[in-house]
Amino acid sequence: MKALKKCLDKIKPNFEKGGKLHWLHSTYDAFESFLFVPNTTSKSGVHIHDARDSKRTMIIVVLALVPALLVGIYNVGLQHYMAIGQDVTFLTRFFYGFLSVLPQIVVSYVVGLGIEFAMAQMKKEEVAEGFLVTGMLIPMIVPVDTPLWMIAAATAFAVVFAKEVFGGTGYNIFNVALITRAFLFFSYPSKMSGDQVWVRTAGTFGMGNGTVVDGYSGATPLGQIATTDAGGFAEFTFHGITGQPLSLSDMFLGFIPGSVGEVSTVAILLGAVILIATGMGSWKTMLSVFLGGFAAVLLVNLFAQNVIMEMPVYYHFLLGGFAFGAVFMATDPVTSARTEKGKWIYGFLIGLIAVTIRVFNPGYPEGMMLAILLMNAFAPLIDFYVIDANIKRRMKRTAIAK
Amino acid sequence: MALSSKTKAVLWGPLNKNNPVIVQVLGICSALAVTSKLEPAIVMAIAVALVTAFANVIISLLRKSIPNRIRIIVQLVVVAALVTIVSEVLKAFAYDVNKQLSVFVGLIVTNCILMGRLEAFALGNGPWPSFLDGIGNGLGYGWVLVVVGFFRELLGSGTLLGYKVVPQALYDAGYENNGLMMLAPMAILLVACIIWVHRANNKELQEETN
Repeated sequence: MKALKKCLDKIKPNFEKGGKLHWLHSTYDAFESFLFVPNTTSKSGVHIHDARDSKRTMIIVVLALVPALLVGIYNVGLQHYMAIGQDVTFLTRFFYGFLSVLPQIVVSYVVGLGIEFAMAQMKKEEVAEGFLVTGMLIPMIVPVDTPLWMIAAATAFAVVFAKEVFGGTGYNIFNVALITRAFLFFSYPSKMSGDQVWVRTAGTFGMGNGTVVDGYSGATPLGQIATTDAGGFAEFTFHGITGQPLSLSDMFLGFIPGSVGEVSTVAILLGAVILIATGMGSWKTMLSVFLGGFAAVLLVNLFAQNVIMEMPVYYHFLLGGFAFGAVFMATDPVTSARTEKGKWIYGFLIGLIAVTIRVFNPGYPEGMMLAILLMNAFAPLIDFYVIDANIKRRMKRTAIAK
Repeated sequence: MALSSKTKAVLWGPLNKNNPVIVQVLGICSALAVTSKLEPAIVMAIAVALVTAFANVIISLLRKSIPNRIRIIVQLVVVAALVTIVSEVLKAFAYDVNKQLSVFVGLIVTNCILMGRLEAFALGNGPWPSFLDGIGNGLGYGWVLVVVGFFRELLGSGTLLGYKVVPQALYDAGYENNGLMMLAPMAILLVACIIWVHRANNKELQEETN
């Protein structure tokens, strides 16, 4: 640590005003403040400091994502070796998943951070920390087989058009990771939906080569129920990729085909506990997303016409990106509603719309992404009316006092 | 033929600093609707340029005899007549393009650029400057359409004017056409990019930031 600090201090004069590499000052500053606590203090006015700065916030969110990521990585290996009919050890599965997911993480970070650094350099600003979380979210919400160049293109698009044009971290209207996914979803639908993309069947770096077994089908549970021709939910069973029936515990633990981060509800709940305990995510938003989903499912269950309308509420919560979206996407402090009452409304509507899209639109078996993006657009409006109502209430009170 | 500086401004202004699409933000609807391929974009550009130019000339010739209170109706009649001619010509000689453009040929009537130029320019100027103004605005609208159409067809279909330009080797290597380019949202983003570049190069067009 000391040697590192010395090294940084030694090269520092080059980046100061008048130094040879002054034009790279933002980059230097980013690395220095990433590694060490900066010793600058506020110069004017009154400031309140506490231990929570945006760097720490981002790191905690990334930590909260780690359980879901680890289970997701293991699941990639598990599904793969199941698909090619080989029985291997826990570590082999994990390592295969790791090799599959790592390039995506690297690409997402390199492209996103590259643009962030270049932009900060051009605007002569400090590099903002916002992408640390986004870069981790992106590989977790796309299918494991998404080609790397698509992730690169989509990340570049999202960082520029969803974030930098609005002014950078903290000013974006829409969740950047979800814009990345939306770009992929509408640009390359064949790689983002259907039943071919959720399980990696090819070998990775020479590991796990093999051919898929007979009877293999890579459809996600939500995809299966959206396309089923069963007469009712009682006749319908979710099945895994080799045709074995899926139990509720499989879905809860995350041993089902799906995007890397979203499969394991238990790991997501662990992340939720971390977020709530550290005060990073709002429990109100999370809870209200589930409440909204619950209300919508109860309603469609009452008037059920087909299998997906009959699907009980706990399946909705366990399958697809519902839990992941509720915990990590809806609670994004920049794009969600900021007033406390607003959070309830915002979350409730996300759950409601997500279930509505799932149930009524056969083209989109998953509605969480679209629901959150739509509510991102409405979040400022919700805040406006919550504040407006508060002002009116207090005005009334002063009128009575007079 | 040497043009005076005023006529030059009338002709060239709409192509750049007074562009109807990227500065005045008019005619966006059709700019989004017809630009998924380059060919209809070009045809649309020519059609609008011709209609604007000749409508401008006709209204300019009539400007002293049109009663002020019914001028919009007269303008509409003139524009509608011209658009009908364009539409019939397209049906006769370029039926496929006409089908791709569908209702948007007819909707040239309601293009805000047209009515705007008639109101703002043709009613107060002679036929020759009005003609140049119409051509200038039509081309100013047109080049934006062509640029947007170029990128949408190239990235969305991998073709230009129907000819394959993205090599097969690239597809074999895993490249895919971008489906979002074929949807209207991407067109508005492309128009936004053109505006971005244009404003960056013309500081006087930038809004004051506070």
